Amino acid sequence: MKQEAPQPPTLRSPAKGEDANAVLRAQGLRKRYGDLEVVAGVSFAIRRGECFGLLGPNGAGKTTTLRLCLGLIAPDGGEIELMGEPVPSRARVARRAVGVVPQMDNLDPDFTVEENLLVFGRYFGLPDATIRARLPELLDFAGVAGRASSRIQALSGGMRRRLMLARALVNDPEVVFMDEPTTGLDPQARHVIWDRLRQLLARDKTIVLTTHFMEEAERLCDRIAIMDRGRFIAEGSPRELILRHIEPQVVEVHGDGLDAWSAAEGSRLASRLERSGETVFCYTTDAAPLIASLERATGLRYLHRPANLEDVFLKLTGRELRD
Amino acid sequence: MTPTYALPRLSLRFVPVWRRNFLVWTKLAGPSVLFNLADPTIYMLGLGYGLGAFLPEVDGVSYIAFLAAGTICFSTMNTATFETLYSAFSRMHVQRTWDAIVNAPVALDDVVLAELVWAASKSCLSGLAILVVVYALGVVTSPLALATLAVVPLIGICFGALGLAVTALSPSYDFFSYYFTLVITPMAMLSGVFFPLDRLPAPLRIAAECLPLSHATELVRPLTFGAAPENVLLHVAVLLAYAVAGFYAATVLLRRRLAS
Repeated sequence: MKQEAPQPPTLRSPAKGEDANAVLRAQGLRKRYGDLEVVAGVSFAIRRGECFGLLGPNGAGKTTTLRLCLGLIAPDGGEIELMGEPVPSRARVARRAVGVVPQMDNLDPDFTVEENLLVFGRYFGLPDATIRARLPELLDFAGVAGRASSRIQALSGGMRRRLMLARALVNDPEVVFMDEPTTGLDPQARHVIWDRLRQLLARDKTIVLTTHFMEEAERLCDRIAIMDRGRFIAEGSPRELILRHIEPQVVEVHGDGLDAWSAAEGSRLASRLERSGETVFCYTTDAAPLIASLERATGLRYLHRPANLEDVFLKLTGRELRD
Repeated sequence: MTPTYALPRLSLRFVPVWRRNFLVWTKLAGPSVLFNLADPTIYMLGLGYGLGAFLPEVDGVSYIAFLAAGTICFSTMNTATFETLYSAFSRMHVQRTWDAIVNAPVALDDVVLAELVWAASKSCLSGLAILVVVYALGVVTSPLALATLAVVPLIGICFGALGLAVTALSPSYDFFSYYFTLVITPMAMLSGVFFPLDRLPAPLRIAAECLPLSHATELVRPLTFGAAPENVLLHVAVLLAYAVAGFYAATVLLRRRLAS
């Protein structure tokens, strides 16, 4: 494990340009479990007020990267600075200004809604009076204002997730880390979480989230890093990533005679074809000739849509299952 | 974070974590006190009066008077052990409460210390409850027996620390059966809880002298009779040594477990 060694001067002195505003900086981060290098040399800087999304298939190293940044595990290589403090040596101090929403529900089942917030606030050394003064706002934010005395078991999945978010805000943090904040939620609950995250961004909070919902990343994140096998394989705003990595139009085709049509027409009219099971994805800058051809073909069904982040993601990380 | 093999960093940050456990306990205090009190009391009374009727005096006192000290030690050990095995394991592994806590500016070392102090606190209550019962029944009359209250926290810390080390290694609740069957139960038989050790064959007596619970009963029993224990420093040192070794092992093992 890493000793509390003096940090190299490059990290201690404020860097130039946008890095000066960085609330989180990682340089050459590596973490190995056994033979597997889960994080294999990752560098990034996250600005104040930014929403940064880590995307990747299961096992890409997203959660490990978050745990490294929080100083919960020690890296095998690289440097991390969180809120101006070297991590992991001074991670505990850095976490005073950090909120964390973990992937797994770990609210205290023995406590009421209110007690969960109160007890968690005490871990930050906050006096009870300070926490109690913040309670109404936090309960309101979580949309559980009338449920302060409810037991956790009585809450819906969406309420519990919002309460986890409120719990992460009990110390009024500068940065909020979220590991898959909307996994397992229904669309209504997901939209409420997105709305709350936008409110946080409007208050100039910094958000670092992991997700495998492209829609979530596309809607919320200013900047995205796509991670696979421990490395960043693409980085940029959602729009930049789509422009840089993929043709703007997609036509999804399935039905009878798919093979014949792909060979004769699709391969000629689209700039790129991708086959996944019984569907062919045609990527192109001009969909009109493809659609004209598909209108003439009998037995084929198609869907024409603009390219999105999911297309980029699948192009870069492949379509095979990651279990 | 702290290097894996570094000594535990003690800090008052453990207090809010201790308070969390205490708050949970206040909600369940009724049943909790009942179980901690009823079970050992029933054994003590059943064996003490039932079996005691067939026994002449043991070490110059009635069997139930002999058993009182053993029950205080045994009950304190059990409470500390149960708390650091089943309850701490629930908080660590099932409810993931520790994961939530270490996201705050609290270190794992603080959580481990809080669990130790909490288990010791709860076990003190067990020891105290038995003491109240034996006073109320007139089994113990000497005011010197109150000095037991100084020994009970030491017993709680000792077995709490050992229990945490076991929890750190445990893949599931089933693992704890090994500890109870292979360690706690034989220890109870070999530590002068239910019968005096001097009738044991020499090898067993030597083994018994290595066990922390023996040293606990050797401190508590004379006190319940109204006498000062002998070799106080030795007994305290052995209990402390187990506590320190157990706590260090628990801290290192838990740092490794939670970093993987």
